[in-house]
This record gives sequence, C-alpha cells and structure tokens, in this order.
Amino acid sequence: MARAFTPKIVTANDLLEGDVIYLTEDDRWSRDLAEAELITDEAHAQVRLLDAARQANKIVGAYLADAVAGENGPEPTHFREDFRRTGPSNYAHGKQETATQPRA
Amino acid sequence: MYRYSEFDTAFLAERNKQFRAQVERRIDGSLTEDEFKPFRLMNGLYLQLHAYMLRVAIPYGTLSSAQMRQLALLAEKWDKGYGHFTTRQNIQYNWPKLNDVPDMLDALAEVGMHAIQTSGNTIRNVTADHFAGAAADEIADPRPYAELLRQWSTDHPEFQFMPRKFKIAITGSENDRAVIKAHDIGLQLVERDGVLGARVIVGGGLGRTPMIGKELSDFVAFDDLLAYLEATVSVWNQIGRRDNKYKARIKITVHENGIDTIRAKVNERFLQVRPQFKGADMTLLDEIKTHFAAPAFREGSVASFESAYTNDPVFRSWVDTNIAPHKNADHAIVTISIKKHGATPGDATAEQMRVMADLAEEFAYDELRISHEQNVILPHVHKSDLPAIHAKLKEYELATANIGLISDIIACPGMDYCALATARSIPVAQEIATRFDDLKLEHDIGHLKIKISGCINACGHHHVGHIGILGLDRAGVENYQITLGGDGTETAAIGDRTGPGFAYDEIVPAVERIVNTYLEQRDSPEEEFLQTYRRVGMAPFKAALYPEAQANAA
Repeated sequence: MARAFTPKIVTANDLLEGDVIYLTEDDRWSRDLAEAELITDEAHAQVRLLDAARQANKIVGAYLADAVAGENGPEPTHFREDFRRTGPSNYAHGKQETATQPRA
Repeated sequence: MYRYSEFDTAFLAERNKQFRAQVERRIDGSLTEDEFKPFRLMNGLYLQLHAYMLRVAIPYGTLSSAQMRQLALLAEKWDKGYGHFTTRQNIQYNWPKLNDVPDMLDALAEVGMHAIQTSGNTIRNVTADHFAGAAADEIADPRPYAELLRQWSTDHPEFQFMPRKFKIAITGSENDRAVIKAHDIGLQLVERDGVLGARVIVGGGLGRTPMIGKELSDFVAFDDLLAYLEATVSVWNQIGRRDNKYKARIKITVHENGIDTIRAKVNERFLQVRPQFKGADMTLLDEIKTHFAAPAFREGSVASFESAYTNDPVFRSWVDTNIAPHKNADHAIVTISIKKHGATPGDATAEQMRVMADLAEEFAYDELRISHEQNVILPHVHKSDLPAIHAKLKEYELATANIGLISDIIACPGMDYCALATARSIPVAQEIATRFDDLKLEHDIGHLKIKISGCINACGHHHVGHIGILGLDRAGVENYQITLGGDGTETAAIGDRTGPGFAYDEIVPAVERIVNTYLEQRDSPEEEFLQTYRRVGMAPFKAALYPEAQANAA
C-alpha cells in the first residue's frame, strides 16, 4: 500500500543571502515558517514544488519538507527543519537576529 | 613562509576573475544552479543549512601575521565577526553573501591565499604537522614538500574529476601529529643513508568505513616521490570505483584489491610516469626550501621565564599544558587554545585573530599555525617572552590551559551549520567542557582526547578520539554513539563502539560515567586514559554505561 501523504511545505535557500525561505500561498518567499503554505494534497504539492523550481534566479534547492498545522501556522515535525527555521544553537545568528527580508 | 611567485599571483587573479564572472552569470540567470554548483565548489563555496559557507585553505596550516589579519578583515567585513578553524587546517566563514564572495577571494589573493580545491573531487588542501619546522623531534621540515604538492596538485589536469576527494597529510616526525594514517596518502619524512625521502602510507580514512592506512612503501627518495605519488593517484583514478560514491575513496580500492596488488600497479605506473619528471620538481623544491629557512633564533637569558614559572601558578599551569619542546632549547612552541570552556571549538573572533597576529609579529618571528585540533600555534617563541604572551592572551580569553585535556575537544560544525549533519556537535562539546570545568577534574584526568562528529562522514575524527562521539538521527531524534580507544597518532587505532547510543540529554552524563570509570580503574595518576583502556578493555566501561543490561544478564 502506498504511504499516506503527510502535509508539506515548500522550502529552499535564498540565492543571494543563502537564508532559509518558505513558499507562501500568495507566491511570496517568507523567512518565517509560520507564513508558509501548508499543503495537504499530494498533487498540489508537486505543482507548488515545480512553481518553486521555476524561480531558479531567486532560490536554490527547493524541496518539500514535512510540517504540521500549529496554532500560528505550520510547524516542523523533524529537528532538522526546526534548526533550519531557527538558526544555530551556539550563537543568536541567522533568523534569531533581525535581518532584511529576501527579495520577494 | 612561502611567497607567491608572479606565476602564482597571475594564476590566482585569473581564477578569481573567472569566478566573479560565474557569480554574475548565476545572479543574472544565465547559469542554473546545476551549472553553477561545480564552479562554486571548485572555489570553496558551499551552501549550508542557513547560509553560504566559504572554506579557505591554509596550506599546511601556516600563516603570517599579515595573512591572519586579512582573515580577521574577512570575518569583520563580510561575515559575523568570527571564523571557524577546521580539522583540515582550513578556516570557514559561515555567513557570506553570494554577491560578496568574489571580493572576499580578491582580498585573500592580496595575501597569497585562496579557496581553490577546498571542495570537490580533487586533491584537497595538503595538511602537515602543525609543529613543522619547530618540533624537537623532527628530521626535516615537511612544509617545503607540502608546498610542492600544493603546486603540483592545483589544477592538475589529470586530477580534476576523480572518483572522490583525495587528502594528503605530511609529517617530519616519528610522533605523528598530522594523523597521516587516516588520510588517503600519509607521508612521513625519513632519511636513509643521508638521502631524504618519505615513507608512504595509503588508504587510510575515516567516514562511514574507517580504515587505518597501510604502508605502500617504506622509503621513496625525494627525487622520485612526486612521480611515485602521481603514479599512486593515477592508479586509483583509473581503477577506483565510480559506481558508488561510498566506495569511491582509495581506502576501498586498497581494501578490495589488497595492498600488494596496489603496490604492484603503482610500481608499474611509476615506471611510465617517472621519465616525465626530469628534475624540474627538485629544482623547484630547492627554491621553495629557501622560503622556509628557519628564522635566526635570538639568544638571551630565560631567567624571567623561570622566575614567572616558579612564582605564578596560573602561568605555570598554562606552560605545563600548552607549551611543547622546541628544537632550540631556549625556545618553545606555544599552543593557543581556541577552546575556552563553553565556547565553540575552533571559533576565533576578528579581534582574537588580530591579537594572535600581533603576538606572532612581536614575539614569534611572524609565524602562526593552525592545527587539525582546531587550535592556533606560535611555533617559535623565546622562553623569556612567554610571560608577556600569556598576559596578553589572558586579556582576550585565549589563555585557557587545556591542550590535550578533556575540554580540548575537536567538534565538526554539526547540524548547527552543516547541511550533511544528522545531529548537533557543538553544543555537546560546549556542555562536556563546561561540565568538567565545573567539576575541576580536568587536570587530574590528564591527557584525554574527545572528538565529536555530527554525521557518519567523521569530520570531527570521532573514530580516532580516545572517546569518540557520533551524532545520528535515530527515528527523528538526535542520538549519540560512543567509541572508546581510538588513536590518531603513530599508534593509530579505530575506536570500539560501546553499544547503543544515548539521547542528547544523556550524552554528557554518559561521558562522565566513562571518565569516572577511568579514574577508578587507572593504576596510577600517570596512566593515561588510552593506556588504561588498552589494559582493562571495554568491560568496566560497558558496565558503567549500561547498568540495566548488566542487571538483566545477571
């Protein structure tokens, strides 16, 4: 039996900044996982991944990552995605400091 | 110290110009990521978890004060004010922006540095004993030969698309501080009948299939060495496996074919390659050697050192752990610990880099070294200058007296930065160091090397740690496996796994149980951890780590 589809978000890195970014429902790239579009349909997920991959001059390495609906938007299910949405644990760098938004 | 020739300078300028154009074409959309990625990797630029990462080579770990100051400038101008010294004598910048990288490379070129071949399936930065040229126990300085290897391997047309990456380490001492048996090729300089040459070790490596290197030849004279190495790499380039990247390293080729077969093939190839080397390499080596002439060691009284050693216990403790014997009796080798308790192993701020550069310029004949153990070395210091150096280091949190002790931990960047990592390494290192500092046991425990990797690729050398820690993803949770009895020196050994791994919050207590077992088991304070482990074996450590299993078995 095929594995049941689990909800996904589309994530990538910004081409210039390298920062972790997420595809939103209104076709922006956000630095904030909570703003990501939570995709519950497998076919739609593939379409959104293609939408992302087409933007090769803005982003690098788009992929689908597991997520679940939380109170304020999607939340990670795996610790790797939790680190990606936060930044390193040894310094308050990356998303833990204020930085400019990547180009949308 | 090697000074770039006009050829080196022109070559680097051309490469940097090419890369600048490649970055522009990536940004304007003319290159896809698939097209651009091999170019950026050839120039040391990775994309990691949160940002790009630029890996800059520090060939054979040697830096001048001007180069160290330039590394500080890069950290300040284009990164977040610090750099990370790695287990391969490189420095990594964790936060560069793609747009800025060409400027960073140009700035490096100003001081004769680059990021070429710090990635990709090429011959990587050649590493060397960090005490080279200073150690009391070496027969010759290995760095001129390392520089010759750098020039030979850089852009070598035959070796740009190999089955996998290729790492060479070189030492001039019997006491191996360069982990030569865990490299694709390890070279130990030896002298035979007045002729300088090298013992050649092949097929060592860590990663998912750890192997201790085997002796390919007990002696190859310098005249023949480059041809012999070219023959070795070319045999592997031809028969190494390209079907499976996990089986592509030369250690697998040696393992699958056997060392005798490899030796026969290398000897056969050597006869073909040798006539192409007509002595130009030896002329070049002679020229390179003049760059590495030892400084004129100054003479002077060491009375001020002796008096400080007697009267200042903090200074004494630092000297006892961080100073190694120099070939000149009035001099010493200073290891500056970049492992303050609780700090990230290998990280230095721009300010600290400048302080170390200033000390090198004022007291250490303008030389610095980076060790694979992620510390910084002043290789030549007159002993009378040690008190002043120590005082300055204290002001900048660089005077931690812990070299070779439990808090002098090697740790890879792990999942805090690395896209390949399966678990974090840095916080584990920070917590172990902090814990044993709180216990005030560190100096009593003595010589003990902990090495931590955040994935199976083993950048943190965990297999050769006296205590090795490997972070894995086990069903979506960080889990840490422990190995004991590893050794990265001339008596190299791969550590033995203790058993099931430990959760993130269990790993520090587990290490504490191992250390307590050692303290109970050692027959005297002089018996070091590794000696005790070799004498008593795994059983008492297992009993301490897995009391439930013992109870069930009883």
